[in-house]
Amino acid sequence: MNELFTLTAIVGILTSGIRLATPYLFASLGEMFAQRSGVVNLGTEGIMLMGAFSGYYTVLHTGNPWLGLGVALLTGALMGLLMAVISVTMQAEQGISGIGLSLFGLGLSSLLMKVLVGTPTGVTGFRPQRIPLLSDIPIVGEVFFDYSILTYLAFLLVPVTWFVLTRTTLGLKIRAVGQNPEAADSLGVSVTRVRYTTVILGGAMAGVAGASLSISILNIFQENMTNGMGYIAVALVYFGSWRPLGIMAGALLFSLVNALQLWIQVLGLPISPDFAVMLPYVLTIVVLALTARQIRQPAALTKPYERGQ
Amino acid sequence: MTKKLLSVLSLLVVLALLVGACAAPAAAPAAPAAGAEAAATDAAPAEAATEAAADSAAPSGEPFRIALIMPSTTTDYSWSQSMYDGLMAVQAEMGGESALEIAVTENMFQVADAANAIRDYATDGYDLVIAHGAQYGTPLFEVAKDFPETSFAWGTTSNTGADEGLTNVFAYEPAAQEGGYLNGVAAALLSTKGVLGVIGPVEAGDAKLYINGFVDGVKATKPEAVVNVTYTGAFGDTALAAEAANTQIKAGADVLTGSAQQVVGAVQVAKDAGVFWFGSQSDQAPLAPDIVVMSQVYDWTQVIKEMIDSHNSGTLGGKVFTMTLNDGGQTTIYNDAATISAEQLSEIQTAVDAAAQGIMDGSIVPAK
Repeated sequence: MNELFTLTAIVGILTSGIRLATPYLFASLGEMFAQRSGVVNLGTEGIMLMGAFSGYYTVLHTGNPWLGLGVALLTGALMGLLMAVISVTMQAEQGISGIGLSLFGLGLSSLLMKVLVGTPTGVTGFRPQRIPLLSDIPIVGEVFFDYSILTYLAFLLVPVTWFVLTRTTLGLKIRAVGQNPEAADSLGVSVTRVRYTTVILGGAMAGVAGASLSISILNIFQENMTNGMGYIAVALVYFGSWRPLGIMAGALLFSLVNALQLWIQVLGLPISPDFAVMLPYVLTIVVLALTARQIRQPAALTKPYERGQ
Repeated sequence: MTKKLLSVLSLLVVLALLVGACAAPAAAPAAPAAGAEAAATDAAPAEAATEAAADSAAPSGEPFRIALIMPSTTTDYSWSQSMYDGLMAVQAEMGGESALEIAVTENMFQVADAANAIRDYATDGYDLVIAHGAQYGTPLFEVAKDFPETSFAWGTTSNTGADEGLTNVFAYEPAAQEGGYLNGVAAALLSTKGVLGVIGPVEAGDAKLYINGFVDGVKATKPEAVVNVTYTGAFGDTALAAEAANTQIKAGADVLTGSAQQVVGAVQVAKDAGVFWFGSQSDQAPLAPDIVVMSQVYDWTQVIKEMIDSHNSGTLGGKVFTMTLNDGGQTTIYNDAATISAEQLSEIQTAVDAAAQGIMDGSIVPAK
């Protein structure tokens, strides 16, 4: 076990964990807005794939990661709009329409990849950017200041989303609509407009989450490359009790334990790899069970709103 | 309300089906390029057997029809692509689509979906249905019972269902430890730090054989070298495989290898870090020409031809194919563009040739 407590291993676990947490943060913080307003969007997985593909395709042809990011964001927003039309306006059952959207995103991104690209090749996306001076600090510099811009952005979104949710009028409207849509409606808040806003915003952020894989962390697109990350992102919103800090804690816990289990394997510690890969899931569930408090989920979560019902 | 819900649901289902349906025929336009490539690299070995296959296929006048169900895609740089390339090469040798018709269904990571596809192809009258994954055994056996006139094939396994009375199932099992051993010999010579990293999917099937062979090859060449092995627990977890590569590099590895389609992420990481990569299953050099030194490639052409011949001569199954260096089922493809010196390359080639000779004559038996 001693090998695990060397500086190399600890720094390695922290940097890997922070990097792995990046896509989860984007997707989960976006999903949080949607859920706070009463819409569970299980389409996150499919939106991430569409964001990943559109970002990758743009960078492949223009070489401009920022343009790729913009296209991924727009693609995600469009997918969010589709989800909003289905679940808010047409009032379809959210769980099923979300899974439908995920399958749609999986199929469409695979099809577009096949038709437009064919054999995947790597791209030059966002490179790790050492922050001057700060990154020269021993250990701390390596752990905190040597990532691609998207990782900093993801963590910056934690206070930003907290501020929007708790300190702005929009945030108040979102919470009101998710808690008691009838009351919000009677006070002149448009439930439909708020839900469209949050679901589109959540879609845009899921699109960016996908791009953080295809044009920053991996720099390539592959069919189904998210491999279930979108669903974990939805679960992390529950884990984090619909709060940005809680979501960050959940994303970091899951990612750090994933990084830890990789080191356990590299160091050849006497733990079966089959068990090691289970660790992040097991530990997340254990922590969730132990900290089970009065989880206050938005009262109107998953309930379509129709005036006068 | 219910009406609305139904209309929305049906809309989504139709959309999803449409996209899914489009994905299958789309395989055809992509085929010529990949097929030409595969044909170019595989043209030399075993032409004699094709003639036999072509001869036996010809009399009926109808094309031989093969359906392939794969867990990943035809461009996954690994397991699925290797089989697809093999089929394309055989098709080219036999004289195109008029002699060999090929249908492909990709991305069948859900076994239930694969089960439907297997049954659909059998119903559609295909001569040979290949379910390219060890996870497809149960549904394959079910369908094989209902279609005794159709040949089926699957792997990695040596189980042809003979215990259950089946006579129309072929099984294939690459002896991946042999190719792994050769990569291990070469990787050990190239590593200056004596630390090597392996990124595996799950500890089973051909991945396990490849990794055990790799470790054995490294140890035989450089006994003091350290080989660190990580598994991601999945075949398609590209992000975790990339992070595993980061971890391996941080732990000191200067040469990496891996298995399954997830490695495309790991290869990108290796490229950025300037660490050498050894490919497996398919030729992975196009992913990163500078750093991929060589790949151990599954060459399915021989197996496919033998299955066609066997089917045409009335034996619909019951055979197990092991793909070895001896039978040409595994080949080494060097990458000329890799940034290693000519001396290093010739040193590697000499050692690999010697090891291959040893494996083929039985004096070296790689660990499984």
